[in-house]
Amino acid sequence: MNEPARPSRRRFFKAAGAAGVASAVPAAASAQQHAPAHAETYLFFNPAEAAFIEAAVARLIPKDETGPGAMEAGVPAYLDRQLAGAWGTGERLYRSGPWREGTPSQGYQLPFTPQELFRNAIRALNERHGDFVKLAPQEQDKFLDSLHSSKEDLGGVPASVFFESLLEATIEGFFSDPAHGGNRDMVAWKMIGFPGAYADFYELVDQHGLAYNSAPTSLAEDGRGRIHIHPVAHTGASSSAGGGRAPAKER
Amino acid sequence: MATRLPETDVVLLGVGLVGSILGRELTKAGLKVVGLERGEPRYTVPDFQGPAMHDELRYSVRKSLMVDTTKETYTFRNASSETALPIRRIQGFLPGTGLGGSAVHWNGQTWRFHDADFRMRSHANERYGREFLGLEYQFQDWGVTYADLEPYYDRFEYLLGVSGKAGNLGGKKIPGGNVLEEPRSRDYPTPPQKEPYGSALFRKAAEGLGYHPFPQPSSNLSRPYTNPEGQTLQTCMFCGYCERYGCEHFAKSSPQTVILPVLLKDRNFTLRTHCQVQRVNLDSSGKQATGVTYIDAKGQEIEQPAKLVIVGLFALNNVRMLLLSKIGEPYDPASGRGVVGRNYSYQTTSGVNVFFDEKVNINPFMRSGACGTVIADFVSDNFDHAKLGFLGGAYIGEVMSHGRPIEFHPVPPGTPAWGSEWKKAVVRSYNHTSVLNIHGSSITTRANYLDLDPTYRDAWGQPLLRMTFEFPENDVKMSAFCTDRATDIAKAMGGRQVVPSPRKRPYTTTQYQSTHNTGGTVMGEDRSTSVLNRFCQSWDVPNVFVIGASNFPQNASYNPTDTVGALAYWAADAIVKQYLKSPGPLAT
Repeated sequence: MNEPARPSRRRFFKAAGAAGVASAVPAAASAQQHAPAHAETYLFFNPAEAAFIEAAVARLIPKDETGPGAMEAGVPAYLDRQLAGAWGTGERLYRSGPWREGTPSQGYQLPFTPQELFRNAIRALNERHGDFVKLAPQEQDKFLDSLHSSKEDLGGVPASVFFESLLEATIEGFFSDPAHGGNRDMVAWKMIGFPGAYADFYELVDQHGLAYNSAPTSLAEDGRGRIHIHPVAHTGASSSAGGGRAPAKER
Repeated sequence: MATRLPETDVVLLGVGLVGSILGRELTKAGLKVVGLERGEPRYTVPDFQGPAMHDELRYSVRKSLMVDTTKETYTFRNASSETALPIRRIQGFLPGTGLGGSAVHWNGQTWRFHDADFRMRSHANERYGREFLGLEYQFQDWGVTYADLEPYYDRFEYLLGVSGKAGNLGGKKIPGGNVLEEPRSRDYPTPPQKEPYGSALFRKAAEGLGYHPFPQPSSNLSRPYTNPEGQTLQTCMFCGYCERYGCEHFAKSSPQTVILPVLLKDRNFTLRTHCQVQRVNLDSSGKQATGVTYIDAKGQEIEQPAKLVIVGLFALNNVRMLLLSKIGEPYDPASGRGVVGRNYSYQTTSGVNVFFDEKVNINPFMRSGACGTVIADFVSDNFDHAKLGFLGGAYIGEVMSHGRPIEFHPVPPGTPAWGSEWKKAVVRSYNHTSVLNIHGSSITTRANYLDLDPTYRDAWGQPLLRMTFEFPENDVKMSAFCTDRATDIAKAMGGRQVVPSPRKRPYTTTQYQSTHNTGGTVMGEDRSTSVLNRFCQSWDVPNVFVIGASNFPQNASYNPTDTVGALAYWAADAIVKQYLKSPGPLAT
């Protein structure tokens, strides 16, 4: 609730109360702005896989009155890049056998890389439940809910393991830096009030209760320009381009 | 056929915190030292620089600074009746790799243990009687006391430049510091870090309940500091990317910032990276090490002869190295005989979430790795256990270190795991939640231990280390008690909902809890229950010293790094002042 000490900072911070961090971005408007204008170019997903992923993530983190969802944030593009790259092929995954079913405490024990896990499971789902993408949102939610607790074998992958993997990766894509393909224009960070890669809070940490409304910073903003370019300019002080940085610290 | 190199005076296994300190002390003593590091060379500039370092996905989730588990990992089971399976993705604890080791990605919480921790068996017998806990508990004395280690704690803390406030200067209690700590010979090198909002709320609530809150000692520095090695550290910016990350600001004490620049310039020191040590070699008597054999980056087998071998790997890897090298008798839980791998313990942590109204901005992203406010009223034996039925304790504090949203997006219980309700709860809670940390001790038992896995191997064909661990009943009781005390404080912090999560069985490798894996190469005064004597020297092979948290006979309430650093200086002192004059056993 503290006002900033210097007038020059007033344009960056406003007192809490009238508007919380979450409402600093006109959420519904942003959601419309960030809907993809054209279909993604996928490196890993085939069209049937992409259709399933797009439909599923749109329900896992839906667009609603709090703001854009996973689809608007570009989570399918994030998942596609991750699966096409090192993580998809088993980065940091110990892959020697023998393979045995373990206890929950022993963690992941399937022989599949993430590429294999997603591909096997989505193939089976599309074969058996191909109408998923066409269902009404409430029906899609019921189906996803059933997957969450299902032991159905999806090409060797238990349905619950696939669901957990998809949900975890969707949340990663929603909240990770836009440089990875999701969280487009930092929509998820703006929604919760996370400043992103910004590094200097020395002068602010003891301004207890401060309503920090400065725009977040992405890895892509190191002088080489923004990675995501949108034709419609943002409105509102909190998202004005380049205007949201906290001042340089004085030592 | 191995290539045999010329003999060196000393070979270091691992160039992390321990290797850097021993390398410095032994080159200063005029010895030629070769440091073998399995990972990459890496430095604050350019390797830890922003903004690339501030990538939560790359460093926190994909764990870029950690051991490459495609090549080597650990196997795990909760009990010896189960079949251990490999930890295929490392999650529960995070051993680092590369120059500087895990002291690059640590948080900087820098704590001294209590005398009652070092003398745990004697102290418990004196205060509570020999029959207080059952025979399955194998806690024991370290062979050193707090008074022995105080000068070495002091030296290590002045190397790091630790920011804190003394609460006990030579017996004189100082309000606002940790009045329950053991006496220290002088104050911290630098004053405490600033106190974040949630920590301030904790302080007021804890004071109101009659406890003794104080700033957590932090190796994220409160102001610029030049250490006795001539290295200058800078002020921490509270960037919120500390643990799991390297520090771009020269503000977190690490081998790179406090000692490596001096060591690497020393002509008596040679650093070799990408060297995977396979074993310590012994002579035909088995009582003298002749050096080590490693595989270099090109896959060639190299023999490095050495007069003195210092094993300073990550704690679990110290144990594995002795087992692979056949130094000391492996522990057998069935008979209770043997020592290597005996007394594996961990850290018993839990949490309490405090959900505030939306007008309370906690700003969890304005944090350093080790900032925050804690109480020591329930640490170690600072409170009477006579009617509690357990030993050990925990510090309780508001010591949040970040607000990185993939890892941190708390929601109240009952919230769905996904969908619109989940999303609304995340948005509603993110900036308005404070988390209390209960950081507790871990007692040793007959059943928890480490040995070599019979089935799974690393990329070089060597057996993986097998971990057998479950939370002992003692620690489950301790966690319940200390989490209750934290909940009392949390309720006084003014939130609208308080959600405690005491530690429960089973121990799982799938949830990050702590990288404080301890024991397995225990130090002590009785060679039937320890691998090392009180100077961290192998009982069986006296030209091998082992230093790390693997030396702890059981784990205390506090974070281990300060004690590991103190042991490094303690052992270095014994080597330089005693061993070099007369190489041989320093204790009998």
